[in-house]
Amino acid sequence: MREIRNYTLNFGPQHPAAHGVLRLVLEMDGEVIERADPHIGLLHRGTEKLAESKPYNQSIGYMDRLDYVSMMCNEHGYVRAIEKLLGIEAPERAQYIRVMFDEITRILNHLMWLGTHALDVGAMTMFLYCFREREDLMDCYEAVSGARMHATYYRPGGVYRDLPEQMPRYESSEFVSEREAKRRNANREGSLLDFIEDFVDRFPGLVDEYETLLTDNRIWKQRTVGIGVVSPERARQLGFTGPMLRGSGIAWDLRKKQPYAVYDQVDFDIPIGTNGDCYDRYLVRVEEFRQSARIIKQCIQWLRANPGPVMLDNHKVTPPKRAEMKDDMEALIHHFKLFTEGYCPPAGEVYAAVEAPKGEFGCYIVSDGANKPYRLKIRAPGFPHMAAMDEMARGHMLADVVAIIGTMDVVFGEIDR
Amino acid sequence: MSLGGSIERVDMMKSMINYFRSLFLFELLRGLGLTGRYLFATKVTLNYPEEKAPVSPRFRGLHALRRYPNGEERCIACKLCEAVCPALAITIEAEPRDDGSRRTTRYDIDLFKCIFCGFCEESCPVDSIVETRVYEYHFENRGEQIMTKQKLLEIGDKYETQLAADRAAQAAVR
Repeated sequence: MREIRNYTLNFGPQHPAAHGVLRLVLEMDGEVIERADPHIGLLHRGTEKLAESKPYNQSIGYMDRLDYVSMMCNEHGYVRAIEKLLGIEAPERAQYIRVMFDEITRILNHLMWLGTHALDVGAMTMFLYCFREREDLMDCYEAVSGARMHATYYRPGGVYRDLPEQMPRYESSEFVSEREAKRRNANREGSLLDFIEDFVDRFPGLVDEYETLLTDNRIWKQRTVGIGVVSPERARQLGFTGPMLRGSGIAWDLRKKQPYAVYDQVDFDIPIGTNGDCYDRYLVRVEEFRQSARIIKQCIQWLRANPGPVMLDNHKVTPPKRAEMKDDMEALIHHFKLFTEGYCPPAGEVYAAVEAPKGEFGCYIVSDGANKPYRLKIRAPGFPHMAAMDEMARGHMLADVVAIIGTMDVVFGEIDR
Repeated sequence: MSLGGSIERVDMMKSMINYFRSLFLFELLRGLGLTGRYLFATKVTLNYPEEKAPVSPRFRGLHALRRYPNGEERCIACKLCEAVCPALAITIEAEPRDDGSRRTTRYDIDLFKCIFCGFCEESCPVDSIVETRVYEYHFENRGEQIMTKQKLLEIGDKYETQLAADRAAQAAVR
């Protein structure tokens, strides 16, 4: 009799369903996965090491590029660690803006996840619908920070600028009639807050549409129900956070358990699953869409009623306003000092975490009292999820690996750092 | 007894309904109905490049060096932007000019290194280096990605009206 050996399949790194640069070495018995071995590191850019060589503020932009679909949440984690180290607290308005944009980011991230996950499993339309909504949210990003993705908007001590009073508008031209431009500008007549409010009013209806396409769909259910089951105990042992953990039925959410910013002021629920399979994690994330919209709505109401500063007035840490800097010698000195040397936090160690869309994103900073971190460690939520790849995929079919990668919501920017 | 019977009947009804729904592809047809409606709805796509998406006055695109209204270049070679640039994309060399004022002799931005964080604009005490709304540009030859002082000033001259208007509109929040 001939010897029967397992077949080894190389999945990725150039595979459209590998979500970036994941390379999986799969040991197969026929079409059944015997062992899945993720090879990571193809997108390693040395963010942690890079941060050791520049003043604290200059690394904010690099945080955007870790998990490049939930940009502002990463910034929030980093900025919060610095604020903890310095012992400062951002003004309340800045905290509300941060919470609002964290939730916008959560919707952005989950839209990206839903679109690509459904595309991997075979539903092309979802991808298009999700990206249509992402466009609106990217416009919010651009209106507030000037960049559609890599915002660099949060600063230790607040946020860079207050929200704009006006949304950028479509212009009529020889190709776009006056009437058409007016139609497109219908929700852009007011301020950014009006635009976001219009979006969150529309959004739950759009989530219903996504659910019409997927929740009961037999193909979707066949591909996700009972796939990649993780028991609550195992989820805890493996260090899962975010929807991966909540999908297994553990109600753990840093926004509730260790409230930061103003999450204790807003009203929301955290959804949990029961079975811990891909389908439950899908349901959890879809419910998070609705909860995020609810949080944003409350933030909009508060922000409308409470104008105020969005940046601390402590010029040892935050730069003075431009007008002030041009008039006042002392302000100019602060300006120069901050943009060259930066600030020197006291020696010590801090860890601060936020509930990023994918789970707990944390920054651990060791400071030796210099103007740059002695060591920065980033706790990326995707890493423990990726590490459970083997356990989740074992015994499933090859096609289910794609569904499992999708449900983990992996982004290699943060896993490889 | 009668209660138990009615629950049983409701359960049976439910499973019957589910059976027929599943048999006649109910949920698939609902999904098809949704996509069908969008087939006739107004399109959300833009015909780029004829139509363009709106651009925020805070947009961070291609860099430019500005001049004062009298034509004098603003940059005084304080090198704050060089110091603050996280990607080390800016290189500056400076010397006193013939009239004794301190000016740059070289101001290069390597666009391959630049991460468009906007810190250079934020740090500039004389509003000289700015990021424009321009996002459509390309390079055809090696080395063209280095934006020299000459090129940056030209971009600044070309878009000065827009740049000044955007900066004025943002003055209150910066």
